[in-house]
Amino acid sequence: MATPTKYSIWSLLRNAGSYHQNWQRVWRQPTPKDEYEVIVIGGGGHGLATAYYLATVHGITNVAVLEKGWLGGGNTGRNTTVVRSNYLYDESSGIYELSMKLWEGLSQELNYNVMFSQRGVIGLSHDRHGNDEQSRRGGAIHLNGIDSEILNVAQVRALVPIINTSPNIRYPLFGGMLQRRGGNARHDAVAWGYARGADARGVDILQETEVIGLMREGSRVVGVETSRGAIRAKRVGIVVAGHSGVLANMAGFRLPLESYPLQALVSEPIKPVLHTVIMSGKVHVYLSQSDKGELVIGASRDAHNSYSQRGSFHLIEEQLAALIELFPIFGRLRMMRQWGGIVDVCPDASPIIGKTPIEGLFINCGWGTGGFKATPGSGWVFAHTLATGEPHSINAPFSLKRFSSGYLIDEHGAAGVAH
Amino acid sequence: MFQIDCPFCGPRWQVEFVCGGEAHIERPINPDMLSDDEWADYVFMRTNSKGMHYERWCHIHGCRQWFNAARDTVSDKIHATYRMGEKPPELSS
Repeated sequence: MATPTKYSIWSLLRNAGSYHQNWQRVWRQPTPKDEYEVIVIGGGGHGLATAYYLATVHGITNVAVLEKGWLGGGNTGRNTTVVRSNYLYDESSGIYELSMKLWEGLSQELNYNVMFSQRGVIGLSHDRHGNDEQSRRGGAIHLNGIDSEILNVAQVRALVPIINTSPNIRYPLFGGMLQRRGGNARHDAVAWGYARGADARGVDILQETEVIGLMREGSRVVGVETSRGAIRAKRVGIVVAGHSGVLANMAGFRLPLESYPLQALVSEPIKPVLHTVIMSGKVHVYLSQSDKGELVIGASRDAHNSYSQRGSFHLIEEQLAALIELFPIFGRLRMMRQWGGIVDVCPDASPIIGKTPIEGLFINCGWGTGGFKATPGSGWVFAHTLATGEPHSINAPFSLKRFSSGYLIDEHGAAGVAH
Repeated sequence: MFQIDCPFCGPRWQVEFVCGGEAHIERPINPDMLSDDEWADYVFMRTNSKGMHYERWCHIHGCRQWFNAARDTVSDKIHATYRMGEKPPELSS
């Protein structure tokens, strides 16, 4: 196995000499082995991060990541790339803040520019009640040592001069909550950076390898049946977002999840006008401006289960109506692309990361509408779970058992998207 | 967006309806005998089918009646709608 090139100004200069024709492939295309220590099903950000931390933190490199399509081609490539850690409950603070800390050093750690930009995330409030709720959440976040600031209208306007502060609109602006450390990252780079790091340490990344069944001996999982034959493994982790229910069905247990389309759209590129991420759960739109100048705009999910990867048109209408009311300046902006991703939503809008009823089989799912921000932390705790067979104290509260014990972690308010 | 054939009013746009989630989940007849796991199964666990899915809709901006639909969750095609209390039609996706 060749050691990967370290990306630097020197490697750039060296490759410029050969017209960038001789860059080393970023990861290998291995043939599957008969058996691995750990199999991770799902080659999105979370699955690749899991494999990376298995190799780096736990020294387990005999790992395969199975991906039915191509890396990062599922929800990793279908989100709005917002990163923040301002959730209400202590349990959520634990995992989202772990992610935030990992994000802050990720480009250096991976030697791969994930373009993490801490431009600040502002959640807007439009009435007294919304502001009270934000103050409560902001206080709770503060107690957990995470930054949050409550803003009034003038402070929001100072940060976002183009926002409509007229008192005569349907939902006038009342204030907001800011997390300065929040921001955006480049979604593809996250998947590619983790893939490159994992591959360099010996992890086999198997693309176009779809899991079609799970092999069991008694109550234990012993491997998976794939479109490229059977592969055995001591432990198997499922990290497949919208398709978690399909995999659970193969394994013969049920999940408290339903899969829905969540859509987003992108405008034509314009000059920089919006420097922070803006979210409003009340009028239901959230947006940021990408480094290319496009507005990336998200909204609510559909109310019906679907695996269709396309959302309903009336939601786009509502989302754009909200956008225009908040930002009349965008009234004549044209939209370029629209897409839907399939999100697996838990009844309490918190993820499930831990054991399944089947021995040796673990699951990481239920991230719903907000999984991208958690990519590093999710991989970190899931790697611990797969390596040791037990959850880390950070993901222990997010067990499947909480639906029997009643220990739900209700984050509907902080999830920012109507569920 | 799709059309839904309300069993009472006929085909209407999806925006006139709200989705009530999975259909045919029966409330346990012996609630005091149930374990926590059995309660969790009734309250939280869902089939979340990829393919044919039986679900409830309400024609909220029309006749305000609840009814059931059999919809393929991959294509979003609605294969049948039928009244509450009726048995689901046998369909394959």
